[in-house]
Formats: sequence, C-alpha cells, structure tokens
Amino acid sequence: MTFEAVEILEEENRETAPAEEPEAARVHRKGLSRGGLVWRRLRAKPRFWIGGIAIVLLVLWAVLGPLFTPWTISFEDVNYFNYPPTSLHWFGTDLLGHDIYADTMAGLQKSLIIGFVAGPLSTILSAIVGSIAGYIGGKLDSALSWFINLMLVLPSFFILVLLFPFTHGSWVIMMLFLAITDWMIMAQVIRSQTRSLKEREFVKAARYMGFNAWTVVTRHIIPNVASLLIIDAALGVGGMILAETTLSFLGFGVQAPDVSIGTLLSNAEAAAVTRPWLFFYPAVILVVLLFAINLVGDALRDAVDPTSGVNRS
Amino acid sequence: MALYLIRRVINYLILTAVATSLAYLLASVGLNPAQPEQQRHPRPPQIVIDHLLDRWGANPHVPLIERVWVWFSNILFHGDFGISVQNQPVVTLLTTRAGVSLQLLLIGSIIGAILGVVLGVWGAVRQYKPSDQIVTYASFVIYATPVIVMAILLMVLATGFNQAVGTQIITFSGQYSADAPAAFWPQLGDRLVHLLLPTTVLILTSAASYSRYQRNAMLDVLGADYIRTARAKGRTRNSALIRHGVRVALIPMSTFFAYSFGTLVTGSTLLEIIFSWHGMGEQAIQSIQQNDINGVAGATFFVAILILCSSTLSEVLYAALDPRVRR
Repeated sequence: MTFEAVEILEEENRETAPAEEPEAARVHRKGLSRGGLVWRRLRAKPRFWIGGIAIVLLVLWAVLGPLFTPWTISFEDVNYFNYPPTSLHWFGTDLLGHDIYADTMAGLQKSLIIGFVAGPLSTILSAIVGSIAGYIGGKLDSALSWFINLMLVLPSFFILVLLFPFTHGSWVIMMLFLAITDWMIMAQVIRSQTRSLKEREFVKAARYMGFNAWTVVTRHIIPNVASLLIIDAALGVGGMILAETTLSFLGFGVQAPDVSIGTLLSNAEAAAVTRPWLFFYPAVILVVLLFAINLVGDALRDAVDPTSGVNRS
Repeated sequence: MALYLIRRVINYLILTAVATSLAYLLASVGLNPAQPEQQRHPRPPQIVIDHLLDRWGANPHVPLIERVWVWFSNILFHGDFGISVQNQPVVTLLTTRAGVSLQLLLIGSIIGAILGVVLGVWGAVRQYKPSDQIVTYASFVIYATPVIVMAILLMVLATGFNQAVGTQIITFSGQYSADAPAAFWPQLGDRLVHLLLPTTVLILTSAASYSRYQRNAMLDVLGADYIRTARAKGRTRNSALIRHGVRVALIPMSTFFAYSFGTLVTGSTLLEIIFSWHGMGEQAIQSIQQNDINGVAGATFFVAILILCSSTLSEVLYAALDPRVRR
C-alpha cells in the first residue's frame, strides 16, 4: 500500500505537468468529464473486468455460500474428525470436526467486510488530515506533519500489535484500529497535492470570493484529488485484508470461537503437509481475492494516468 | 549537504525517542504483568507481587509518566532496558536476538532489492517480449501471495522434496540443527540450509514489488532525450542505458527502499514465527502474549532504530544518486 501511494504521487505530478494540457483540452471539446474519461479507459482494460468479476463472484459466494451448507462455524461433527473433503464436508473437517467450508465462508465474509470498511475509512482519514494540513498550513500543518512522521516511525503492524490489548478481542474495534494506523502516507500525498492546488487560479478565485475553508476544500480540493483517493481506497482494501489475516494468524486479531482466514491459516500451519485441505482452500481464496483487488487497483491507476510507464510505448 | 543530513538524522532521532516512549506507554496501559501472579493458586501475597512489579518498573501506584521517564532515562544514561518477566535483562535478549533478525533482514533486503532492480530494468528494456511478460505476471502473482501462504507453501514443497529424495536435505526449523556439526564449514553449511526457505520468501516478496516499480521508473527514462544524446555521442546501447538510464531510474527507488523496509520487517517477523527463529520479531510477539512490558518496549526500540537507519540510508542513497540535492 505504501509503495502505491508514492507511485501515485509521482504519476499525479506528471499529470499536472504542462505536457498533459493538449489531452485535457481535447477531452474538453468532446464534453467528457474527468470521471467519464477514466471510466472509458477503465472499460477497455481486461484486467479491470477480470479482477472486478472475480471480486463480485467472491462477494456473491460469501453472501450465498453459507446458505448451501447445513454446517455452522461452531458445530463439531463428532463423526468426522480430520476428514478430507467429501460430499458431506466439501472442504473437509479439522481436528475437532469443524466444517472447513463453513469456516472459510465466515472468514471470507469477515475479510470482505474488513477490507471494504477499513480500506475506504483510512482513505477518508488521509483525505481529511492531508487536505486540512495542506490548505490551512502554518502551525497546524507543521503539527500534523510532525504527527504523521511520528506515526511512521514504527511499521503499522507493530502499532497494531501494541494496540491489541485495547481491542478486548473485538474484531470490529480491530477494524477501526487498522484504519487509524494506515492513513499516513496517503495523507502526505494529499497534503502536497493540496499545497499545489491552493496556488491554482480556480482555488484562489474561490477563496477571494469569500468562501470559507470547508467549502473550498470540499468543492475544489477533494474533487481534484478524488482519483488518487479512489485508487488508494481500492488498494487499501487489499492491504487491510492482508493486515487482518496477519494479525489473526498471530493471535492478535479475530479470537476463537470466531474464525477468519488468518486463524484458519494459523490452525493449518502445522498440518499443511499431512492435511493439506486445511491450508489449501483458505489460502487459495485469500490469494485469489488479493490478486483480483490488485488487478482492479492497477487498472484504475492506469486509467487515471495513462502516461505512466506501463502504457507508454 | 552534510549539514542537511545531520539535521534530518537529529529530527529522526527525536521522532524515534518520542515514538518508542509512546510505545512503552501503550504497552504499560494495555498489558498487566501481574496477571500470571494474580491467577496463581495459592495467590502470592500482594507484597510479593508489588515487589515483582517494582522490579519490572510496572507498579501501577507509580504515575505512568514517571514510569515512562524512568524507562527512557535508564536507556539513555545507563543503556539499561529493564528486566523481562523471565527475570533476564532485556539488553541480553536484544543482543542475542538482534543478530538473528539482522541475518534475515540484511539478506532479504539486499538480495531482494538487487534482484528486483535487475529484473525491473531487464523487463523495461525487453518490454512486451515473452520474458518481460513472464516476469511481470510472476511478480503480480507473488505480490498477491501473503508471506504466510508462501512460507507454508515452501515448507510443504520442501517436505515433499525431502520425501522424494529420501533424506532430510532441506531443513527449515530454527536457525540451525540441534545436532549441528561443530566444525566451521559444516556448521556454516547447516546454517545456510536453514536460511534457505525464510530468505527465499523475503527475497521473492521484496523483489516482486521492487521489480514492478523499477520497471515503471525505467520505462519513464527509456524515451528520455539524454539517452538519445548519449547514443548520439557514440555510447553503445547498453552503456547508455546503464550509465545514464539506470542511474536516473534508481533515484525514486531510494525512496521506495525506506518505505518497503517497514513491510520487510513485518514479513521477517512472520517468518521468524513460522520457521521458529528466535529473533526480535518473535520477541515482540511473545512479550505481548506474556504481558512483558520491557520485552515489548525493547523489541519496539530495535525496530524503530532499524527504521531510522533505513530512512537515513535512503537519504544518503538519494543524495549519492541525484547530484541536484548535493548542495
């Protein structure tokens, strides 16, 4: 997630360079909005459709999948301990007779909820902090920038581990903690964008017309960094899913009897050789989900900035 | 330039000091080191528990701010990180475990970065050729594979390989075998075999992300005028690409190095747990589980210092590569 933000910054700088003006002018003649233009570029990318369809299918599976199985996450089938996949237990069972299909579905649901809530949440946070710091400037900007640098001293994973006792075992609180430890780099990007936007004529015009800071930021600054925010939110979904899995794997996330992909992988770790089904299904679903999210995020980034290296021939 | 660097380093040092103190504060509020004692049967007298808490500098009767200051000033003036819940000085834990973590981190970051940069440059030069496509798709798949999944997968593959061969060739639990040979070379070989799987995971993950960004950076440079100029004045293609292209394309990578280092530390923590390496990451995780405030704070301190070093290194690299900042 962190690399992407820097990458985006690089690309956005290029985007605002004078060399891009002719394209912008051409677009204007056709009467196409920036959003419309991005969507048209996005539509043409197979990566976007492959990733998008995979995500939609996984969401549908997470919602509808549990309806097709009689098993629940806490039920222990005493007749089938440690069973490989059968027509009865589709993904097999673990040491205590838990149905792995039911567990994996519950884990997938949790991953999707955490990803799609915490990812955008951290982006919103970075937009608020970044635009306030960049627009208001002065002492507030120095204080916020210093705070951002302070939060970046430790990798967010270690902050989350330190925050674990404060979750009291609730994964909803953990989801909020995930969001508040992962907004810093994007906030830096938004801050520097805001500082350059502040000097542009249309923002100055709005300021001299007497609009207050809130109106200028919401009407002029945020819409102009919206594409960055969308990409960050999309890639943040994957980052959050990965962070949740990591924390739960180590025992600092979702707590028993509840399950997540991370706890499933942790249970499967020692048994991956002898009972591969414990590891295989959750791992494959996790990788497919992350892969699909990366594809969509990548396609979005290219659509926002078609002049980046990948597309230049 | 030197002045600028010194100023940055002092700034980083202040940030590190504040951040580690805050981490100690968080650990002090969140963890209760008296818990195991309070749950014992029969419960030890309160005076015993208080004595232990005083030893660890964690007595709740002392104001929190004072505890943080005592911890911090002990490090600053005496190099003393306190006592762990196993009644060992945290300093000894740190010194034994730092080497273990550094092995993984140094090998992972150096080889990963070099491999990633080489693959990225190679991919950019051979854009859209089959070899480039293979590297690009492979890096995409590796990028989407979490460290946990890749590590377990490699363990399964190594076990399969060992079974196919019939003997235990790839060993992957701990830093060395329990019956490791005493002679220097065989022992080194034993350690290298144990390094194989965890470093493979670290190298693959960091090379995958590096190569993606290096490829992009290199593609931006390939069409630049100064490459054409270098060719026009008679340099060969390879010489122009390496002397003028790669050097410029490396500039943004020095910033990525600092950013990606945090991810690398997180990854190596996971690998220490999965492959039973007794390093600093394992210490951080175990200390939280054992309500060991000094242990957590010590490990956090180590990580913060590592991040400080990597940020400074990336600034130095940036200055070395980009003459415009050397003023």
